[in-house]
Order: sequence, then C-alpha cells, then structure tokens
Amino acid sequence: MNREKVRVKSFTINGICVTGQSNQTILEVAKDNGIEIPTLCYLDGLSCVGSCRMCIVEIKGSHEPTPACSAKIKEGMEVTTNSPKIKKAREMILSMMFSERSHVCSTCIANGDCELQNKSVELELEHSKVSYLNQRFEIDASHKNFVNDPNRCILCTKCIRVCDEIEGAHALDIFGRGINSRIIHDMDEPWAESVSCTSCGKCVYVCPTGALYEKDISEEEVVKKRGIITELVKNRGK
Amino acid sequence: MLDTIDDRYKTLEKSIKKLGYEKNTLIEVLHNAQETFGYLGIDTLKFIAKRLKLPYSKVYGVATFYNYFRLKPKGRHNIVVCLGTACYIKGSNKILETIERRYGIKADETTSDGALSILTARCFGSCSLAPVIVCDEQIKGNVSLENPLCEIEEKIK
Repeated sequence: MNREKVRVKSFTINGICVTGQSNQTILEVAKDNGIEIPTLCYLDGLSCVGSCRMCIVEIKGSHEPTPACSAKIKEGMEVTTNSPKIKKAREMILSMMFSERSHVCSTCIANGDCELQNKSVELELEHSKVSYLNQRFEIDASHKNFVNDPNRCILCTKCIRVCDEIEGAHALDIFGRGINSRIIHDMDEPWAESVSCTSCGKCVYVCPTGALYEKDISEEEVVKKRGIITELVKNRGK
Repeated sequence: MLDTIDDRYKTLEKSIKKLGYEKNTLIEVLHNAQETFGYLGIDTLKFIAKRLKLPYSKVYGVATFYNYFRLKPKGRHNIVVCLGTACYIKGSNKILETIERRYGIKADETTSDGALSILTARCFGSCSLAPVIVCDEQIKGNVSLENPLCEIEEKIK
C-alpha cells in the first residue's frame, strides 16, 4: 500500500477525455494525445521554467491562465487550450516579446528558421500590438565560432539550462533584471575569455531566435539542431 | 595572491566558513562581502564563487539582480534622488536630470574622481517635503527644480 505511487488521472482537454499519470504536466499529456499547445521556452529534456507564458491554458474554476508546461494534472479538471481569451493573451505576450528588442526578420540570420517568427505565423500575428522600445545592446562577437547578439534575445533561458544541465558548465546566466537583463558569460566577460565555456555550441543549437548563431554562415545555411538535446537526454537514459 | 595579503578576504573567508560553505547561502555571503569591502568587485565575486563552488555566471547574475548590491566602489559623497510618486509628480525626474548633467554621469554611477555617486530611490517616507533628495544621509526637502544643488555643490570635492 504505497501512497506515493503514481496514479492515473483523467480529465478533459478541449472537451476530449484524456488520462495521464499524476506526475505529468498538462503539456505532456496534451502532447501524448496529439493536442497542440504552442511553446517557446519549453524544450523536451530540459528543466521547465515557465517564463515565456506561451503555453497558457484556461482551467475551469481558475481566474487566471495557467502555464501548461509547469502545471501538474488534476483529476476532473477541464482545460481549454484555444479559447478566444487565451488566443488574445498569447498574441499580447508575443507582441511584447517583439517590442522589447530588435526583432527585424529581414536583417536577421535566423530568418526562416526562427521559433519566434514561426510562432507569430502560427498565431497569425500581423503586427505588434505594443510600440517598439528600440533598445540597443552591444553584440559580443569575440568567440571564434559563435556570436551573442542580445538584441535578438527573448530571454527564454534555454541556453542557460542546456549549458547547466546537459553540458554541466553553467557558463551562461542572466545579468540584471527587467528590461535590461541579458545573457552573459561568466562575469560579463567577452565570450572568448570565458573560462567555463567549453565551446560545445549547444546553446547555439537550442537558441530559438538569432541571438546565438554561428559565425561565417549565411542566412540560407542556418540550421538549428534543436532536436539534438532531446536525443542526447534520451540516449543518456535520464 | 590577493586573498593571502588582504585581511578583508580573511574576514570574508571566516563568514563563509560560519555559513558552512553552503551553496544556498550565496546572498548572505554577498551581503557580508559588501559590508566588508563596501562594494562587490569582480575579484571578490570570483573568490566567493570558488569558495561556494558556484559557477561565475550564477554569482554575477545574483549580484546584478538585486539593487542593493553595488559592483563599483561608492563615491566619497552620495546624492540619492527620490523617484517615488509624490516626488515624481513634483518633478524629481528633472532634478535627477539636472544633477546628471552637472556631473556628467547617470544614476547609479560614480564620477571618475570618486567624489560623487548619484543614486535613486523609491520613497523615503517624507512625501510632505516632496521633492526630496538625500545628500550624504542628510535629507533635503522642497528642492528647487532649477538649482537643486545650491548648498551642496561646494561640499562635493
């Protein structure tokens, strides 16, 4: 009689009856059942921070939207993933991401292979609903292979998590707070001088936008191997 | 080696030891370090990171997240401009601008000769005196917008 045992719980997503294990999140169960929930900062194999709020869903009886990637399932809950209210909120979140930095696709290396761009196409976001802040950050191109351009960063922290959890170096972290935060290496040193960076390039692979990219390649050649991390974790048998 | 000559590093080492070299005491250690050194220099932060076995970037990230921690030495004098609601309505942003222009530095910066730091704060609880500035721990109320530094200027050297 082990009470800690994983139990099976059933609930509904968009009116469809689904079941999942009690330690699963709404997002995982939705994926298992082929229900699409848009995500941005979530990457299968990495820990979950719930920072982008792209995966918000409505749960009946709750006043505010809940991020599906970090919410555990409960027996009998009624989840709606695409109500007009949720859609509007997602558009607003995306608009704010666009307005914060310089996300001009025509001059970006990741054009055509950008999760932010894909997301706005998916949500049919034609223009930003908030005015642009036009912030300017310095680009760090000191590393021999890679470039860090904070102007394209959406602070999803995938690069930080992959460096910490998969590579084990934790060479990156967030500097400052609020609107001025950006990704740094070590003590805000140039990338090339970072002692903990192993130049493995995993951060570049997982970057959803053109904030971290390889040097000396054209826009056409950019291939982000985002799936590689999920494969790595699977092969390690974690 | 800095940490063998400098007594301040010994003091810091002692306080880290007292906290048991635990990773989750980072903020406490940063507090102690700032008390000992007056600010958190890069060398100090690296020292703390090594002692607590934490990544450099994490220590730096935490130190820059909190407004309380200073990464640069404080000036000999400091002026704190209140940007709370009451002071702001009475034009404290203009006062800040005037002071910034006068000394050629921005808020949270120190002049190159180390004479003055300009800081900002949200409300000192003296809203009836708005707009308020605090100069070297002395509060000054009803500051004039045109010439906020009339009496203080000669002190700052």
